Amino acid sequence: MTLLELNHLTKTFSKGREKVHVLKDISLNVKRGEFLTIIGPSGCGKSTLLKAIAGLDTDYEGDIRLDGEIITSASVHQGFIFQEPRLFPWLTVEKNIAANLSLKDEKVQAEVKKLIKLVRLEGFERAYPKELSGGMAQRVAIARALLRKPKILLLDEPFGALDAFTRSHMQEALLDIWKEEKTTMVFVTHDIDEAVYLGNKVMIMSSRPGTIQKAVTIDLPFPRKKTTKLFQDYRQKVMGEFEKVEELELVNSAGI
Amino acid sequence: MHNHTTVSLNKLKSGKEEAAGRRRELTNIGLLLKGFILPVMILVLWELTGVLGIISETLLPRPSIIFFTFIDLLTTGNLADHFQISLLRALGGFLLGGTLGLLAGLAVGFNKNVEDTLDPTLQMLRTIPTLAVIPLFILWFGFGELSKILLIAKGAFFPLYVNTFLGIRGVDSRLFSVAKVLEFNRWKQITLLILPAALPNILLGLRLSLGVAWLALVAAELMGSSQGVGYLIMDARQFSQTSVVFVGIIIFAVFGKLSDSFVRVFERKLLKWQDNFQG
Ligand SMILES: Nc1ncnc2c1ncn2[C@@H]1O[C@H](COP(=O)(O)OP(=O)(O)OP(=O)(O)O)[C@@H](O)[C@H]1O
Ligand SMILES: [Mg+2]
Repeated sequence: MTLLELNHLTKTFSKGREKVHVLKDISLNVKRGEFLTIIGPSGCGKSTLLKAIAGLDTDYEGDIRLDGEIITSASVHQGFIFQEPRLFPWLTVEKNIAANLSLKDEKVQAEVKKLIKLVRLEGFERAYPKELSGGMAQRVAIARALLRKPKILLLDEPFGALDAFTRSHMQEALLDIWKEEKTTMVFVTHDIDEAVYLGNKVMIMSSRPGTIQKAVTIDLPFPRKKTTKLFQDYRQKVMGEFEKVEELELVNSAGI
Repeated sequence: MHNHTTVSLNKLKSGKEEAAGRRRELTNIGLLLKGFILPVMILVLWELTGVLGIISETLLPRPSIIFFTFIDLLTTGNLADHFQISLLRALGGFLLGGTLGLLAGLAVGFNKNVEDTLDPTLQMLRTIPTLAVIPLFILWFGFGELSKILLIAKGAFFPLYVNTFLGIRGVDSRLFSVAKVLEFNRWKQITLLILPAALPNILLGLRLSLGVAWLALVAAELMGSSQGVGYLIMDARQFSQTSVVFVGIIIFAVFGKLSDSFVRVFERKLLKWQDNFQG
């Protein structure tokens, strides 16, 4: 059942002689098919955590296992969506999605076509990234990751730069994809609403050093409605935990 | 009835579009004409001062005389041959120096070891002015074609070298992490990421190299030769045939501009994905 397993993950950056503890003793399990959302104050180490899971950074203590195997490098098994779409500006949409896979391969071509439909970008196959809006570009990035059939999709504030309207549209799109492809998701966000709306489980992190403060299971069926009483209750709960973290933060930064 | 209205509406629309198109064409021609006003005025003034005898013909021959000299050279003075020789020299030197510059830039850009061993030396050589090595090249290689082509090659080498190197090292590191996540192999990393990202710089280097090759050609031909446009200029100077000197200069100018425009067209095609300030 468990797909991703973090055991006592600890990460320090050394600034000159000084050592900064960014992540401290993080242990967590993500089940196959689960949608985990992570929230925490800015600078608490969310991106650092995600990069470690992605295998983009392997300089840490503790271990991370995907499907029981220790992650030693970045790979297509851990799809990664960055805050910015990071498309190759010189490639068209379909070539960006295919990237190092050849569109001449019929299987790849069919798969790309299917994904373009899934992320609703029909008609833009031959467009260059400069011709896309932020939301469209991010959907291309998602399609690019999905083409590789990742075991887990890591998303680092993927909708942070989008306006509220586009963001809620993208949330729907992501949930559709999740339902369709059953990809396990780890989703980092600043936005409590977003975290509660998307996640099976919301993990709240505190900073300096980054640790898991609390995990709240959101026991609500999909599709969810933000206006229901139950949703609001969960929101209150997560908000309460988050405020505790922020208070801690204030105390810490005041040097008390 | 209904159909009729739609048809006439369509007609109206296309008529409007046509008019807009015509207007656009007119403004384009207008722009072009605007650019020509100043040069034409200068030419007319120049011609007039010549006709009125205000300026001596040997110092500043009239445009019409320059033009007839050009025709004359073309028909009887085998200008075409001289031009061809100049062109071959420039092209040969440019291809030699440019190719080596590109290759060296790629090698140094891709490999830190190569950079550490090669770049300091090349940077030192780069600062030597091309004109200063002319005597040396003459001593080593004589007045023949070799010294000329090598001189041009030396000029064309560095712009391409420096810009290729810069382009490769300037690739956005954030795209490298994408390449890692997507598991690009080394080959894909080069062809899909590094080269396309470096292309704007490489093309800029190409343009600069072409310009320098052209300059070096003139220097090489002026240092002594018995053929070529540069020779034509030197020869005419000795006999105070100022109009021939002008013809030579104009040929250099026109052809330099043409070759640059050629690369720019190429550039616009290859870099149509770029999202830059268009002015
Ligand atoms: N390469 C690095 N060298 C030194 N310190 C770093 C480095 N990268 C991150 N840090 C530090 O690690 C801490 C966590 O950074 P991280 O980017 O993971 O935060 P975050 O939770 O993603 O913040 P945000 O929500 O603003 O994106 C920060 O205090 C940052 O200063
Ligand atoms: Mg971050």
